[in-house]
Amino acid sequence: MRISPLGDTALLAELSTRLDTAINTRAIALAAALKKRRDVRQAIAGYASVTVQFDPELATHDSLSAAIKRLAAKRPPMKEPGRLHRIPVNYDGPDIAEVGERLQLTREKIIEIHSRPIYRVFLVGFVPGWAYLGPLPKELVLPRRAVPRTVVPAGSVAMAGRQTGIYPLPTPGGWHLIGRTSVKLFLPDSDPPCLFRAGDRVKFFSAQS
Amino acid sequence: MIPTLLVESTGVLTTVQDLGRLNAVSAGVQAGGAMDRFAHSAANLLVGNDHGLATLECTLTGPALVAEHTCLIAIAGADFDPRVNGAPVSPWTSLFLGPGDRLTFAGRRDGARMYIAVAGGFDADRWLGSLSTNLLARRGGREGRPLKAGDTLRVAGEARKPGVAGRRMPEQLRPEYSDHTLHAVAGPHLKRLDPDGRRLLFQATYRVGRDSDRMGYRLEGPQLIATGDELLSFGLVAGAVQMPSSGQPILLMADHQTAGGYPVVATVVSASLPIAAQLLPGDELRLADITVERAQTMRRALAGALETLREGAG
Repeated sequence: MRISPLGDTALLAELSTRLDTAINTRAIALAAALKKRRDVRQAIAGYASVTVQFDPELATHDSLSAAIKRLAAKRPPMKEPGRLHRIPVNYDGPDIAEVGERLQLTREKIIEIHSRPIYRVFLVGFVPGWAYLGPLPKELVLPRRAVPRTVVPAGSVAMAGRQTGIYPLPTPGGWHLIGRTSVKLFLPDSDPPCLFRAGDRVKFFSAQS
Repeated sequence: MIPTLLVESTGVLTTVQDLGRLNAVSAGVQAGGAMDRFAHSAANLLVGNDHGLATLECTLTGPALVAEHTCLIAIAGADFDPRVNGAPVSPWTSLFLGPGDRLTFAGRRDGARMYIAVAGGFDADRWLGSLSTNLLARRGGREGRPLKAGDTLRVAGEARKPGVAGRRMPEQLRPEYSDHTLHAVAGPHLKRLDPDGRRLLFQATYRVGRDSDRMGYRLEGPQLIATGDELLSFGLVAGAVQMPSSGQPILLMADHQTAGGYPVVATVVSASLPIAAQLLPGDELRLADITVERAQTMRRALAGALETLREGAG
């Protein structure tokens, strides 16, 4: 594990550089344990890391680094599997034809591969309600679009690299848009204001069939 | 009687801000809050409030406000040449507005963001524990939007301490806004720059780019290339200096995205964020690398300056 300062009131603990469900589970457990401390203002789990913002009146980088190492050495609690969300998708996104050409796959095959796995919510972040889901099957891996779109419509189902996700709000984006869903990801009048939480599971299914 | 102020005009961008909603970050909602936390806190303390009550953050130009009842206010941060009924008044100083008094601003003299506090704090929409305006989610503040002409601003409650006009923050206790040196601590991924790149990062003069706002500033300067594999996305903080593949750094500010995967080569320290908040597109700046210990000393100095205002209230 590598712990580095993020300025004078935060630090980043990197558990690994690998995309791995077990490591993500450890990161989520570590963030939850850190959040309970009085000297911690916020702890967010990344894919394989925890970003901690602390109260500089109560903690230093050294005291918190020691606490993180101690907590990380503990066996993570046996977590129940996260909630399972079933998400209907219309696989008619503007990029699905191009994705098919580049991967030499028919639209039906793309649908079959994309809706086959139960994905894990590795991380909720970036913009309100956005969730990084994965791992995407290797057959669908493509780099991001060379030129990102300035606006991607809310509800767009997208993929890039080993990841897939749903745009919760109209935002700029560089992922490949393969479909859309009417399920609302960002719920501004609920608390927490998002449908997915880190550790949840997501299964897509084709809404047309 | 709840004191109210009428918004006659708003200037470029005026929003309600407090210290943000750090708890909402795990849902992907930006923490937000005042860009210049020092000026925001000082304005609050000058009118006898706790430092975290909601203020108005005014960008580039000031609003025109008319008091409908007597209220105690203070102005801090950027200098937009404040006037009451046309006569100049001092910023960083508490003052009473009587019924019918007009608060206006003759024009920007220095800085980018000015804060107006009122004794009792401004009332606004509470969302996820904060009154801060989130323009992306369209929540908090005034219906999630910037103020507009015709809005009526209400005072939320009683000030913590009785109001006194003429309380002032001495100039020597304010941040050195004219010195555009942003102090920064080495970031977790600084080693992804080669030694020349690392040296340049902390020596070059950067210019704040045009696409710069409450989310972040694009910094224009020498192109620095970070090497290595793509990073897995991780949680971000205000002040983080990201290095995307374009080689032009991005300095994350109050409304920054909560997570990202670009290397973070440096983090601007908390004591320099008020300075950064007062920079405009086109302004030049330098990143100066310091130790974490030095950053702590700088942070304590600013906290101590605010503490004198708290004690001064008696």
